[in-house]
Amino acid sequence: MDTYRTCHCHCGIENMAIINLQNVTYKYPLTDAPALQNINLQVNEGEFVAVIGPNGAGKSTLCYTIAGFVPHFFKGEIAGIVEVAGNESSKSNLHEWVLNVGLAFQNPFNQISGAKYTVFEEIAFGLENIGVPRDEMKSRVEDAMKLTGISDLADRSPYSLSGGQQQRVALTSILVMHPKVLVLDEPTSQMDPIGTREVFGVIRKLSESGITVVMVEHKIEWIAEFADKVVALYNGSILLEGKPQEVLTSDLLTDKGFGISRYTSVARKAKGSGMWKQTHLPVTLDEAVEGFE
Amino acid sequence: MNIEISNLQFTYPSGVQALFGVSLNINAGEQVAIVGQNGAGKTTLVKHLNGLLQPTSGSVRIADWNTKEYSVAKLAHRVGYVFQNPDEQLFSKNVGTEVAFGPKNLGYPNEQIQTLVKDALTMTELSDKTETNPYDLSPTWRKMVAIASIIAMDTPIVIFDEPTTGQDAANIARIANVIKALRERGKTLITITHDIDFCAENFERVIAMSQGKVLLDGKANDVLGQDEILATTYVDPPQLTRLGKRLRLPRTVKNEAELLQELRSRISH
Repeated sequence: MDTYRTCHCHCGIENMAIINLQNVTYKYPLTDAPALQNINLQVNEGEFVAVIGPNGAGKSTLCYTIAGFVPHFFKGEIAGIVEVAGNESSKSNLHEWVLNVGLAFQNPFNQISGAKYTVFEEIAFGLENIGVPRDEMKSRVEDAMKLTGISDLADRSPYSLSGGQQQRVALTSILVMHPKVLVLDEPTSQMDPIGTREVFGVIRKLSESGITVVMVEHKIEWIAEFADKVVALYNGSILLEGKPQEVLTSDLLTDKGFGISRYTSVARKAKGSGMWKQTHLPVTLDEAVEGFE
Repeated sequence: MNIEISNLQFTYPSGVQALFGVSLNINAGEQVAIVGQNGAGKTTLVKHLNGLLQPTSGSVRIADWNTKEYSVAKLAHRVGYVFQNPDEQLFSKNVGTEVAFGPKNLGYPNEQIQTLVKDALTMTELSDKTETNPYDLSPTWRKMVAIASIIAMDTPIVIFDEPTTGQDAANIARIANVIKALRERGKTLITITHDIDFCAENFERVIAMSQGKVLLDGKANDVLGQDEILATTYVDPPQLTRLGKRLRLPRTVKNEAELLQELRSRISH
């Protein structure tokens, strides 16, 4: 397990990037402006990357690109290189691609198949498609449901669930496929704080077990605590990329209409009137408490 | 226009009881946020205000109207409801028609409809999008269309169900501006939200619900400071309230201005 974490410790070992985007520019069909412009992004195996940005910045399009839906499903024009787990997107099919990369959509309604009567069957759907033997399928579905805490929903209809529960089902149906790379587009947007905390806990466990995670998220406090790296997207381009502390406290974010932590915001105002004396601004509660004390 | 809810109980046709005796008075012009875990009964409660649901027992009055005696169409003159998912409420070919639908349906004269629509579009920053098809707009702008179409009905009471879910910082600021403008006009606003920071910054009264009952009800500062009770309904106090508590400030603070003021007075002492 620990071998996957070596890439974060700046020990000088050069890790192979599991996600490699080079000069990627992409335009949806029937639109004039590109949704992504000249994106260069490398993510190492086991890294947990958070993507932030205002609406329309290209966050979901970036997710679709890593997950192969751009361009294989959405069509449109793509330039540059997209490589995941050693395969190049332009030379692959979507059905091969999804064996390595799982995508949980922003809106779980868009993901649930509609073809299944129970949560259990819904989660087993992907495994059926790739012909996993019945016994293995059953144990994988049960394990995945246990991991995300939805075992008690097994016999419910996916459509009878709350938004937060549907999001967990959508996440579980991805995890059951055992992807190397997990792409999550605002996976907790419809959850209450306790649900959010649980899901972040699950994702952290997966990340620690070596799965690479790319996650779009607005909840800054959580990103600061969990992510290894933050990518700030703006107008289809990468505006900032780096350690959470550096990116999340940058003045650029406020100027461009990004959401920032209230701790950062209040400390910046306090700094103006001499009540914040640290050089760095805080992102988390603990940093804020320490700085103000 | 006061709202009077007394001993409201509600059981869904499936047999699941969602409300266990809720009594509340909300005065004309109050801004109330309702918080609490998924399944606490928040949406079930507010759906009683415009007659989408009828009490199993107890009563709901909107001023002199008992909701039992009025249709949803009639109650729409007094209570506007902005759904959580804008796609459940939008159906017109362009934004202007969509926003005009409500007031037209309430039977207002043409001139008044035009004024109401114009005003609602200005408030929601949609004036340059009247000819656009709502489905060509981003989800954040569709949310503003849904809000505008309710504001245009000019009801004295407006309900927002999770207005900030999935919205970015710029749009949350826009929604906060709409709430402020409606407050200045003396509207009664009731908002269900998981966004406790948004709640703290925009509402004076907070009601916390748990398991179909009212757990806490009072001034925002008093309610948001009760972290142990809030935890039982899975609500964390706002970030700045938590910070104030950790810094052992003498009173509960709910926003930047209050926190900075307490820090200043601490320094000057």
